[in-house]
Amino acid sequence: MSVALDTSRTEETAVVRRWKNPIIYAVLAALSFFLIGLNAPDKTVVFRLSDGLKNFSIPDLSLNAGVYGWISVVAMVAIAAFAFITMNKGREIPRGLQGLFWFFFITGMLVWVIGAARSSELSLVTLLTGALTLSIPMIFGSFGGLLCERSGIVNIAIEAQLLLGAFTAALAASMTGSPWVGLLAAMIGGVLVSLILAVFAIKYLVDQTIVGVVVNVLVAGLTGFLYSRVLQADPAHLNSAPKLPTFEIPVLSQIPVIGPVLFNQSVLVYIMYITVALIWFALNKTRWGLRTRAVGEHPKAADTLGINVNRLRFTNVLLAGVVAGMGGAFFTLVSVSSFNANMTAGQGYIALAALIFGRWKPFGALFASLLFGFTLQLNFVLSLLGTSVPTELLAMLPYLVTIFAVAGLVGVSRGPAASGKPYIKG
Amino acid sequence: MSAEKPKAVKPAATAAPANPQMGEHAKPSLATRLAGGGFGLSLGALIAALFLGGLLIAATDPATQKAAGYFFARPTDTLSAAWKAAAGAYKAMFEGAIFNPKGKTFADQIRPLTETLTVATPLILAGLAVALPFRAGLFNIGAQGQIILGALVSGYVGFAYNLPLALHLVLVIIGGIIGGAIWGGLVGLLKAKTGAHEVILSIMLNYIAANLILLLLKTPTFQREGSSNPISPILPDSALLPRIFPGSDLNFRLHWGFVLAIIAVIFASWLIERSTIGFRLRAVGANPNAARTAGINVANGYIIVMAIAGALAGLAGVAQVAGTEKTLTTGIAASFGFDAITVALLGRAKPWGTFFAALLYGAFRAGGVMMQATTGTNIDIVAVVQALIVLFIAAPPLVRTIFRLPDPANPRKKKASKNNSLQGAQ
Repeated sequence: MSVALDTSRTEETAVVRRWKNPIIYAVLAALSFFLIGLNAPDKTVVFRLSDGLKNFSIPDLSLNAGVYGWISVVAMVAIAAFAFITMNKGREIPRGLQGLFWFFFITGMLVWVIGAARSSELSLVTLLTGALTLSIPMIFGSFGGLLCERSGIVNIAIEAQLLLGAFTAALAASMTGSPWVGLLAAMIGGVLVSLILAVFAIKYLVDQTIVGVVVNVLVAGLTGFLYSRVLQADPAHLNSAPKLPTFEIPVLSQIPVIGPVLFNQSVLVYIMYITVALIWFALNKTRWGLRTRAVGEHPKAADTLGINVNRLRFTNVLLAGVVAGMGGAFFTLVSVSSFNANMTAGQGYIALAALIFGRWKPFGALFASLLFGFTLQLNFVLSLLGTSVPTELLAMLPYLVTIFAVAGLVGVSRGPAASGKPYIKG
Repeated sequence: MSAEKPKAVKPAATAAPANPQMGEHAKPSLATRLAGGGFGLSLGALIAALFLGGLLIAATDPATQKAAGYFFARPTDTLSAAWKAAAGAYKAMFEGAIFNPKGKTFADQIRPLTETLTVATPLILAGLAVALPFRAGLFNIGAQGQIILGALVSGYVGFAYNLPLALHLVLVIIGGIIGGAIWGGLVGLLKAKTGAHEVILSIMLNYIAANLILLLLKTPTFQREGSSNPISPILPDSALLPRIFPGSDLNFRLHWGFVLAIIAVIFASWLIERSTIGFRLRAVGANPNAARTAGINVANGYIIVMAIAGALAGLAGVAQVAGTEKTLTTGIAASFGFDAITVALLGRAKPWGTFFAALLYGAFRAGGVMMQATTGTNIDIVAVVQALIVLFIAAPPLVRTIFRLPDPANPRKKKASKNNSLQGAQ
């Protein structure tokens, strides 16, 4: 580990200095200095802010890429220097400053890449709305993963849950003409995948990772096969799903920028808000949550206290299917209205990455998913604006970040202790 | 003798599970469970998977569905239509994979067999890349990325340089080995140094590799001159693996990569079963703590086995780019890296087992193409059958229940499926 322990003792307390964070700040600040400072395009970047507002409008936000670049570089260098000074005294810099560093780093980079594009005007509302929309399946997916992993079952099958959810949603909604039935079917699809995972991992004690990977292959093949044999035969009746309705929440949606982004969305987004809040509350404040966490960390201790470990795990895996299945509904009931072979395109794996990057915590997973959704959307926006930055580079970002996260370079990411280990009573 | 050391410690390692009967599947050691089990089990799994696949083909067959409309009037119609659909598909698959009686010449008739071997070549090599780490207790699902990296490096050496005949091919092969070994070794290194989970690492590296090849094939260094598609120049003859049956009238694609694959199997078999390194790796796989106590460097073991695995997958990339495809495309690795997982599992992580499993799956793939062309049955059914085989194999009690096979670990018990819970409870 790169954590350096300074054991030099003063009179009473040991001073522990961890140089990892200051070094990361310094490296990023240096990188920014060369990239967004010295190489800044002399262009004005315009963010439109008033999209989606009805009764009034607010002026656009115009930034000179060069000036903003230097402002953020100076701020980052200052924070990095401050981090070294305080760490020398054995303290971390305050959380707020850490947040400020990342704010300047991300916005600085953002202004820089947009400034480097051919067209440098974009709507902030569109950017953020797209980011939120694209992160829906990842949020649902990572929460599905969360429910499994916190109770000690590794869920690699998120991809399969999303894909089967998307498939069943498209089929059911097309057949009945009701997107709500489609949503229900998506949950059932997710649960079916969960059922395979649970039966094999808990009842037959097959390695959970293997089951997950194999189930992904199975579902990809199955949905691909059924798509070409069944859905393609009669797409008008079997593969043209009605979309879930979009609601605008009256007053809230008129808050500048945030309003149209958060409160003028598909029903699935509101369901997502509720799901996230519910799972956070249930996991941290209820008896079920305490038991789930206990079973995930130390099943034997939980068993000793009379908790039926495997039954709780079984239930949680099925619940995870419900949640992840809803994420699958995004593809066929929100994004486009028909199923296509392999349309989830690895988002289940990004959801898994988000869960890990978010350190197996509800809000961590939420923000990681949003961040990954943002990079996806940024990719789209940048290719529209005509950028010189290769989109593949940005597409790699979530995966690189995840590797850094699991390798402990950006904070330590440690999963539930019993995750992946089957529990055998006795 | 280094082999004596671990032996001395072995009793301590096996003493941990109090119940000697827990050996086969109750104990979650991947390596022991994969290596155990009989041929009958594999056959049972194959039959069950093919049967389910047949059911799926029949159920989605229009003629069968029509006959099912008057099932109660004449049930035989439905059954015969179902039989016709499933048997027809499997017959086409056989003709596409082994022997085609419709061919004019003998060469035409056995061309399917050579196609099977061609497709099996990268599967054998990538299968070994998954199988060897299994024996050391690691789950390498990064074969896909390792194939891509191997193909990238060997392809680049192939088209970028003009070298004498034999030397060029050797360098192409070595380049592929190095490319794959670095990508695989990276996983081992990160796992050994930071404790990050290899599954997460290799998933992320797969996606990074997939984006990397997309990115590189758009750069002037890699892209074919005058082409707007992401495709590299064609490799010169000096860089190609020659065909085994070179006759131009034969037109067999089978190349010396297949022989390379057989050599790799022999090497892997010696390495893991006979060599000192192999012994150490198996010790690490059986129980890393015991291995560490016995003086085996576990971290080094992880790095070595992942580098070797990467090298083997890199060879699969060589076989693709310098043998079958002769040029670098974004789809150079197809889905061989993922199929390799099912291959290694079906081969029970043994080199020769992997070899035969790869031949079987190569036959499925080659035959699937013919099946799709002649009967319109989508090739995705192959993925379904493959995944089902592995699921059945992974859960021996399930297959034993279906086929009423005796349980070697517990011959007296009548209900094999109850074994797990009973063993656990004892």
